[in-house]
Amino acid sequence: MIRLSVPFRQALARLTLPVMLMVSLGLVLIGRADQNLAGTLRSSLDDVLAPAYQLVAGPIVALEHGSGVIGNLFDLEGENEQLRAENARLLQWQAVALALEAQNDALKSTLHYVPQPTPKFFTGDVVADLGGVYARSVLVAIPSPDAAQNIVGAVAMDGRGVAGRVVEAGDRSARVLLITDLNSRVPVATGVAGAPALMAGTNGPDPALLYWAPGQPPPEGAMVLTSAEGGAFPPGLPVGVVHYNAQNDPVVLPLADLDSLRLLRLFAYPSNEPVLTPVPAAAAHKPAPRLALNKTGP
Amino acid sequence: MSGVAVRRRPSLWRRLDAASRYAWPAALLIFGLLVIGLPFGLPGQAELRPAYAMACVYFWSLYRPSSLPAPVVALTGLLLDLLGMSPLGLWAVLLLVLQGATLASRRRLVPQFFLLNWLVFASYAAAASALAWAAQSILSLTILPLLPLAAQMLAAAGLYPALAALFIRAHRGPAAAELA
Repeated sequence: MIRLSVPFRQALARLTLPVMLMVSLGLVLIGRADQNLAGTLRSSLDDVLAPAYQLVAGPIVALEHGSGVIGNLFDLEGENEQLRAENARLLQWQAVALALEAQNDALKSTLHYVPQPTPKFFTGDVVADLGGVYARSVLVAIPSPDAAQNIVGAVAMDGRGVAGRVVEAGDRSARVLLITDLNSRVPVATGVAGAPALMAGTNGPDPALLYWAPGQPPPEGAMVLTSAEGGAFPPGLPVGVVHYNAQNDPVVLPLADLDSLRLLRLFAYPSNEPVLTPVPAAAAHKPAPRLALNKTGP
Repeated sequence: MSGVAVRRRPSLWRRLDAASRYAWPAALLIFGLLVIGLPFGLPGQAELRPAYAMACVYFWSLYRPSSLPAPVVALTGLLLDLLGMSPLGLWAVLLLVLQGATLASRRRLVPQFFLLNWLVFASYAAAASALAWAAQSILSLTILPLLPLAAQMLAAAGLYPALAALFIRAHRGPAAAELA
């Protein structure tokens, strides 16, 4: 250890706080100038933290969902009753779904329907709830690094509906921005006719529904699906249900259980936008003289 | 004879003990921040993280400033920014300002009653939270919702007595006296 004189050490101690303050202010400026810096730092930190979080979050999830250990032993009778009633209702729905599926297949064959290619997807554990005060995001652990290619922009769904999109991804982790985040904007189609609207996160539990056709407010209880407008989302993924809040503004009640996400499927859809391949410089130069020749030739 | 014993280099275990006591506030602060990220699904968990950081910085700057030096506070703020998706460096600045304010008023605050310290912390934390809200509103060019701001102020004020009760017990450890 370096021996320093007492006054010098005192002066040094008095200086550290202002110096660190200047450094931090500089960091704010650098972060504003280079927007990618925060993302890079964040995804590398997430890559380090995700395995550790996965290790710790595993037992918590096991305790909660029980696998029947301690969890829900006390209310087995009532739960059984509820499950039996629900099961009967679901069996009815299953019959309806099968009938509809058969009808749908028949209609598709008459229309010569070309199905969309099935996207690549994989399932990841939600290992940490890393939202900020004004941000809603979760950390998903990615099972293998080769699954993580081109994952930024992938659509994240839980068992019921769209939960968000991947905004940053490393080799072992992906950060999913939830649809309730202030910066989240999802083009949606509402109701049977698929009336277009925009779902905007408000930092609260239910995202707002904006920009619907004037004079035609979305009806209460209408289904909200994603729309392909803008090419950001594939069409027809279930998002939620229209509801009018106390201020009589339409909001979306998300189908996904955003407060307790445990597993997310990440769908990496191939982008539908046309790929613009830049013409190589050599190829761009070659046709020019030939064009000139053709012009002068005849 | 006793003079010889005092002047002797402390044994390895003694030094380890002192080092662990010295590092305890910083380690607890960073460990706590990471634990708050676990998916418990508690309401207001996001607000709790900056509140916890502010309470730790205030308490240790008040009672044992040497074991929470400014670089550690800056790193903690950076970690907070990276975890919580706030602009890079924002919480580093705010925590350092909080530490500076605490150190400046330290001599007057330490002999006071706990209740007064608590009130001072609540007002400092409210000011820092409001600054964070204003800075993020300006940087994102929108007026951010006020409800999370109020929740964060309340979380900070409510968390402090519980944390202080825990920390005071740790602070009274026998080897801590010479580090104060």
